[in-house]
Amino acid sequence: MSVAPEIESAVKPKILLLDDDPDVLNLYQEMLLSLSSMPEVHITTSGARAMSMLETEPFSVLVCDLKMPKMDGLQVISIVRRKYPQLRTVVLTGVADEQMRTRAYALGIDLYLEKPTNNAELSFLLECIESLLNKEAAGGFRGVQSKSLVDLIQLECLSGSSSMLKITNGRLEGRIYIQNGELIDAATQEVEGEEAFKRIVAWKTGNFEIVPTDAERERKIFTSYQGLLLDTAQAIDEAEAVEERAAASEDGEKLSDTQLLKKSSLGSIPGLEYALRIPEKSSKKTQAWGLQNAETLADWVRDTMSHFEKLGDKFHFGSVQQLEGKGMHRVIHIAIHGNDQFAIGMIGSPSRNDIDSTVQKVLEQWAS
Amino acid sequence: MGLLNIFKGQTRGPAPLPTGSFTVDSTGELLTSTVSSSFSRESLKYIGHMVLQSFREAKRAEQPFAELNVQFSAVDLKARELRGGAIIFLSPRNKTGR
Repeated sequence: MSVAPEIESAVKPKILLLDDDPDVLNLYQEMLLSLSSMPEVHITTSGARAMSMLETEPFSVLVCDLKMPKMDGLQVISIVRRKYPQLRTVVLTGVADEQMRTRAYALGIDLYLEKPTNNAELSFLLECIESLLNKEAAGGFRGVQSKSLVDLIQLECLSGSSSMLKITNGRLEGRIYIQNGELIDAATQEVEGEEAFKRIVAWKTGNFEIVPTDAERERKIFTSYQGLLLDTAQAIDEAEAVEERAAASEDGEKLSDTQLLKKSSLGSIPGLEYALRIPEKSSKKTQAWGLQNAETLADWVRDTMSHFEKLGDKFHFGSVQQLEGKGMHRVIHIAIHGNDQFAIGMIGSPSRNDIDSTVQKVLEQWAS
Repeated sequence: MGLLNIFKGQTRGPAPLPTGSFTVDSTGELLTSTVSSSFSRESLKYIGHMVLQSFREAKRAEQPFAELNVQFSAVDLKARELRGGAIIFLSPRNKTGR
């Protein structure tokens, strides 16, 4: 259904336009084809068809109406955000409703726009889409384009900037402070200084943003950023080598409780009864600490989360962010971190603060 | 650009998120509800069944609990097991996540 010209199709961004009104689709297709990035614009009138198109070829941006028969816009978005997290999503709707806007943003869309009624609004819409396409072309992490964390630190230091890099890795948050090109401090959870810096840089995934620096920040790092980055890279390299050797051994994929305890110091977390990491890919083994029946619990976690994910999709509640069960003897908290699920058992009836603190510590131990 | 007014043709969106509480018996039958009727009784029963099933399966996995909190990106679901059923609270989350 593409109407884009043949030339330079390999480098053209692709837009998928979803609306149940074919006239509206054709009109928007014409308009979007006029963008300076010369996108390919594919159109479809049904959510199901949109899902199959997304399965078969990569798109840069999905522009989606909300009110549609059968599968409506929120339903499409909630599936798309989970299956294609890198796809930019735009809601273009005639529904001027603040609650709808909130729900759509809660699902993680990039833009919520009302259908234009005049020339100025139309220009604004086209500019927004063009801007998203440009971001897509630049690649990289959402929030900061085409840069790794190490690249960013080096760039900020080399340019003599004063800034704070705020890094979020699931529930974990880290801050790296740079003053006049000097690395002066870092902080994550309860750790500060060099130790915090090393932990943050060791995170394998995350989102970054640069925000104005705290001018009064006390300096706690006195080693050069190059030295620290080298130390950290060496530590990561050695850790990966150990993991590779373990994976190569006969039972390497499943570390024993004792090995995990040594590796992650989970035993030092007060109130923690057990912890279980369930990788998204079923080919990878679960990792457990403090559990006799890890696979039974892992099956229960997978089933329960899957049931509630389906419930969330069915009623447009969005994706499950966490699940918690409180019993007489323990609290079980299920968190999603990156692509993995974590089940964390805590003894007794811990307070809200204690639960959050324990969960943070466990995720931090396993995040690197 | 009056022509573009055709884009404004559709003004109704998906149904609003449910707010309120309801109780179900041990078979999942709806007993009482303060949730708006725009959210169907069948939907509430479906949620009730799911919650009861979670309580049952948790016991089977030797992780019994009497209170369940599920945080969706747009809604908080809180449920408490009662003798012979459950009470379930549904509340939409605001933009800041609470």
